[in-house]
Amino acid sequence: MTTSTPDLSRRRRLRFSLNRQQLIGLAWQILVVGIAVAIVGWLWSNALHNLSVRRISTGFAFLGREAGMPIADSWLAYNPKDPYVRAFIVGIVNTLRVAVIGIVLATVIGTLVGIARLSSNWLLSRLAAIYVELLRDIPLLLQLLFWYVLMQGLPAARAAWKPIEGVFLSNRGLVLPSVPIAEANLWVIAAAVAGLIALYMLRRQLMARQMADGKVRHLWPYALGLLVGLPALVSLGLGASWTVTMPELRGFNFVGGLTLAPEYFALLIALVTYTSAFIAEIVRSGIQAVPRGQWDAANALGLRRIFVLQRIVLPQALRVIIPPMTSQYLNLTKNSSLAVAVGYQDVVSIANTTLNQTGQAIEAIALIMMVFLTISLGISLFMNWYNARIALVER
Amino acid sequence: MTSISDAPQNPLPFNSARSRKVPGGHVIRWLRANLFASVTSSVISVLLIALLGKALVSLVQWGYWNAIWSVPGDQTGACRSIRGLGACWAVIPEKYRFILFGTYPFSEQWRPALVCLTFITLFYVSSRRSWWRKELVAVWAAALVLIGVLMWGGIAGLTYVSQDRWGGLPVTLILATFGLAFGFPLGIVVALGRRSKLPAIRSLCVLYVELIRGVPLISLLFMASVMFPLFMPDGVNIDKLLRAQIAFVLYAGAYLAEVVRGGLQAVPRGQHDAADALGLSYWKKNGLIILPQAIRHVIPPLVNTFIAFFKDTSLVLIIGIFDLLTTAKTSIIDPAWQPFSVEVYLFVGLIYFVFCFAMSRYSRHLEAQARPG
Repeated sequence: MTTSTPDLSRRRRLRFSLNRQQLIGLAWQILVVGIAVAIVGWLWSNALHNLSVRRISTGFAFLGREAGMPIADSWLAYNPKDPYVRAFIVGIVNTLRVAVIGIVLATVIGTLVGIARLSSNWLLSRLAAIYVELLRDIPLLLQLLFWYVLMQGLPAARAAWKPIEGVFLSNRGLVLPSVPIAEANLWVIAAAVAGLIALYMLRRQLMARQMADGKVRHLWPYALGLLVGLPALVSLGLGASWTVTMPELRGFNFVGGLTLAPEYFALLIALVTYTSAFIAEIVRSGIQAVPRGQWDAANALGLRRIFVLQRIVLPQALRVIIPPMTSQYLNLTKNSSLAVAVGYQDVVSIANTTLNQTGQAIEAIALIMMVFLTISLGISLFMNWYNARIALVER
Repeated sequence: MTSISDAPQNPLPFNSARSRKVPGGHVIRWLRANLFASVTSSVISVLLIALLGKALVSLVQWGYWNAIWSVPGDQTGACRSIRGLGACWAVIPEKYRFILFGTYPFSEQWRPALVCLTFITLFYVSSRRSWWRKELVAVWAAALVLIGVLMWGGIAGLTYVSQDRWGGLPVTLILATFGLAFGFPLGIVVALGRRSKLPAIRSLCVLYVELIRGVPLISLLFMASVMFPLFMPDGVNIDKLLRAQIAFVLYAGAYLAEVVRGGLQAVPRGQHDAADALGLSYWKKNGLIILPQAIRHVIPPLVNTFIAFFKDTSLVLIIGIFDLLTTAKTSIIDPAWQPFSVEVYLFVGLIYFVFCFAMSRYSRHLEAQARPG
């Protein structure tokens, strides 16, 4: 396919005929697209016929109707009289709740296990290897059912385990102390986030100046002021209350505190442990991909081990780590749909109930696809941005 | 994907204690080098030994010391009284026939057992490099026919057993093997299509791969079990197992296409040019020159995909097909045995583990072979 001499040759080809290869190519395309269109058209006409026979109307109008499905575990206010739209939103929040927290925890644990696998301590590296091998080679669904059964086998609320004051583990799930969130508290959190952003920008500036004149500048006084001082001032000014409510056992259940339902907790543990095993392998091979010379050079400079890992090896390893990590994050998000097996109501589970109640199969599946394609796209975009950012560090 | 698989342990210089000369006997030297090389290392070792010791003791107490290995009939009273303190392994001899073969007629269960053996032999034979020849395709075809005959029966004096009575390990193996056997060629065609110069074919393939990979497997299975009948003309009804099998083929096809595409990208441009210069047709060029090299490049990630796929077949539990995990879950519905699900899950987990571990060892072995030098 030459692009440099387009005009003349193209006109000539057009005037006479397409050449043989192009003709074959065109024929193939028409054939394949034709078959695809025919199959889809045939399925579609069957579907329309079947839907009219069963008196199911197509379209998303059903979303406005009363859902009538109870949702036990929700962060948003919800009652069964709400419309299907509301139920779907609750489901999406539930999916995100397990996926986001799961991704953060799996990354932390996976990185630690991955580093432990490379430890020179034989026992530690062997244990990490067993962890990885054991969790990777058993289906996630089986692990999920296993954790759920274990949760159900925990003592009743009355005899709950109390590892620390205010933390209860029972067959009602995990109960933690919590802070009631009022408007003032939200402002304090906003101040902390603003402080973090300001600190980040400040750090870049300080680094640039340090690069220019070689004088070491300390960041920690600014960090203290922006991350602790600023929120504290806002808190005092608005009079935010930070009294921690301790959960209390009353009758057969707990009052106050934050409750993680057993379904949610089992799903979270299963997703985090399973995914962290894969992440550990990614981290390990990423670190091993850093040439030995980098270690030797850093050691020769007399740098501390932690410093070598943090500043020299990990930044280089990250470039190998990020792409496969992205697909693990996507996997974790998709795997969160296994929630339906233990009765945690994520978006797939709610779509499934909707489908059974209304018969709107096509619409329900389309909603699932939309939600997951959006989440996948979001994660991919973020990770690509991050990947591009760490790649820029290279000179 | 290669990055996930294992490389030989190549200790990094976290500290270089290994090479230090330490006095003392063999064992002591080993201990000092590997467990007590530095203060931090020693602290970690002591902590781990303490924790591990405690965990192992309670595990042995639960799984062996206090465990009950058999009870008469359904009288699980003894098991119930030690619940939490000791395992009730008696549930396994009681239920293993159901877990392994589901509701297949009891007197005929040698047939699914033979099917499992056939599968394992087939996997073993296919894993030998010396067997990677054209005849292997014929062996596979023959084995699949044999499996069909054994499972269904109806000829050669075997009684007919319909699909809805199949269950357990054979169903898991059938779903995985047939899914891969049909998904792999599909994946190759789609991978070629994605790299084709023809825009319509390329976009169709991209659409297929991205749509399947973008959604959870469960939603595909829901589609197969709920939506599929909607798309069929009146009176056409396909068996549930077959519907799930079709969903798995489409799913495997999309994931394998991506792996194969990686391999295709690794084949140097010169190979294409050389094949073109010889005047080979598109199919001959790919079949004889490009694909053999491409697939050789991606054997380890292919095996990793196989492992993931084998584990994923367990999701049919959610649409109610009796695979190994579903029979396990069903076997403890029986009120007498209900409290002992942990034991059953451990048993089934072991079966899955053996299969996946064998595959992952194999992939590691292949990778070691492929590494130059």
